[in-house]
Amino acid sequence: MTNIKERSDEIAANFSVFDDWLDKYNYIIEIGKSLPVFEDAKKSPSNLISGCQSQVWITAEYRDGQIFFAGDSDALITKGIASILIQVLSGASPNEIINCDMSFIDRIGLREHLSPTRANGLNGMIKQMKLYAIAFKSKHETII
Amino acid sequence: MKPELQDIRSQFPILNREVNGKKLIYFDNGATTQKPIGVIDAESQYYKELNSNVHRGVHFLSTQSTIAFENARKSVQQFINARSENEIIFTKGTTESINLVAQSFTSLLQKGDNIIVSRMEHHSNIVPWQLACKGRGLELRVAEITSDGLLDLQQLASIIDDRTKLIGIAHISNVLGTINPIKEIVAMAHSNNIPVLVDGAQSVAHLKIDVEDLDCDFFAFSAHKMYGSMGVGVLYGKEKWLEKMPPYQGGGEMIKNVSFDGTTFNELPFKFEAGTPNVAGTIALSEAIRFMQAIGIENIGKCEHELTNYALAKLTDMGNINLFGPIQNRSSVISFLLQNIHPYDAGTLLDKMGIALRTGTHCAEPLMKFFGINGTMRISFAAYNSIEEIDYFLESLHKVKQIFE
Ligand SMILES: Cc1ncc(COP(=O)(O)O)c(C=O)c1O
Repeated sequence: MTNIKERSDEIAANFSVFDDWLDKYNYIIEIGKSLPVFEDAKKSPSNLISGCQSQVWITAEYRDGQIFFAGDSDALITKGIASILIQVLSGASPNEIINCDMSFIDRIGLREHLSPTRANGLNGMIKQMKLYAIAFKSKHETII
Repeated sequence: MKPELQDIRSQFPILNREVNGKKLIYFDNGATTQKPIGVIDAESQYYKELNSNVHRGVHFLSTQSTIAFENARKSVQQFINARSENEIIFTKGTTESINLVAQSFTSLLQKGDNIIVSRMEHHSNIVPWQLACKGRGLELRVAEITSDGLLDLQQLASIIDDRTKLIGIAHISNVLGTINPIKEIVAMAHSNNIPVLVDGAQSVAHLKIDVEDLDCDFFAFSAHKMYGSMGVGVLYGKEKWLEKMPPYQGGGEMIKNVSFDGTTFNELPFKFEAGTPNVAGTIALSEAIRFMQAIGIENIGKCEHELTNYALAKLTDMGNINLFGPIQNRSSVISFLLQNIHPYDAGTLLDKMGIALRTGTHCAEPLMKFFGINGTMRISFAAYNSIEEIDYFLESLHKVKQIFE
């Protein structure tokens, strides 16, 4: 099993082969399509990330010390971005997620292509995923 | 004589720049227009040669500054054909102009009175009224629209009663491009002794504004949507109302005498202008007016009308597209959706192709709800836009469709 650093390095490496912005976006859209189906029932207001122009839903599950995320968006580019975050962060422990370094987003060049308002969506997703980690940590991992 | 398009474009330095390696196509004029060199120079000239506070000092620069500032008031007065300079209040924009009326005017009202705004308003002409209504126990009523995006005048007539104290309405919808029949609405309102506030943010750069002819009681607009600077706006108000209304904010400029026993307020228009204003931007507004008048507002309107008809026809031909708003008698704002393509996705790729347009709810969520949508794409034209730019935009839109199909 890889860790967050390895998974994010791998994604950054995949992106580095594209010079053309269009290829990059096509790749983001493709990654989005690889997300497992997200049932409509989970597209509830409580799973909705605010601060996005498009709608993004993210859910999380805790199993044996690891967190697994799922998500969806009505916009394909946003869905791709959500999918990247999910791939990188799923399977990590709450502590790893709380402390993780998200600089791979800059290495992919995602942030430079997202204006501040759009980046709010990205930041909103990251913030929500970290909040899940904090909640699971306090629920399942007694602090000694 | 109308100047050649090239002569207009050459006055806008920003139109020469590239974005994302492509020539900039600026179709987000509804949000803010670009600035001609005359306006840019007027701002910098002010800080280089005239800077000093207005209405205060006895010294040379302050006097010159004050003269230039008050001359700007005069150009605005003439530009919209107000009766007196006392009716021209400088604010920081449409939003502040509306907030001023919403706070000050409603203080004259009684609990249980009501205010009407329409379904197609920008949040700037909704939220200030909600705040005022909540604070003062007033009711906010909604004038509804038809499915083709026109104000439903019959429904409007039906919600007016003897407790209705003001109607707030956009001259032009920032989403639909609908041009509302202000004179008709004013006539209806005045026959019931109700004043009308017109949100002119989207009309002032496109239509000749004559407040005497419209006969509205208040007219609000922003300099930045008519080739002027950001942070400057105007509230026109009939003197009879402005005289009755209490100050909106307290501070310097707006007072006559201050003592802890009681303060007396300055006369119009200064009563409503607390604090140091954006002098440079206000002076630059007269330059923006000069720019528009040199081309001729009717000429600007005519060219934009041609661009709008051209774009509407081509977009319709494209198929698989939903267009919002009326087909005729509309302004140069076009909101649309490509079927099965999220506006955010399309907008993101169009941006990479050098095209600046707007996606989202356009600060008009009640209107989005009416159409059952989460947002649209919106293009909006100004005096410097061209048919060639629209052609490039349409080509780019085709590419976007292919990418997502
Ligand atoms: C119809 C309408 N009203 C009000 C506003 C708010 O203008 P400002 O932000 O300049 O105050 C806008 C700007 O988008 C608008 O389109």
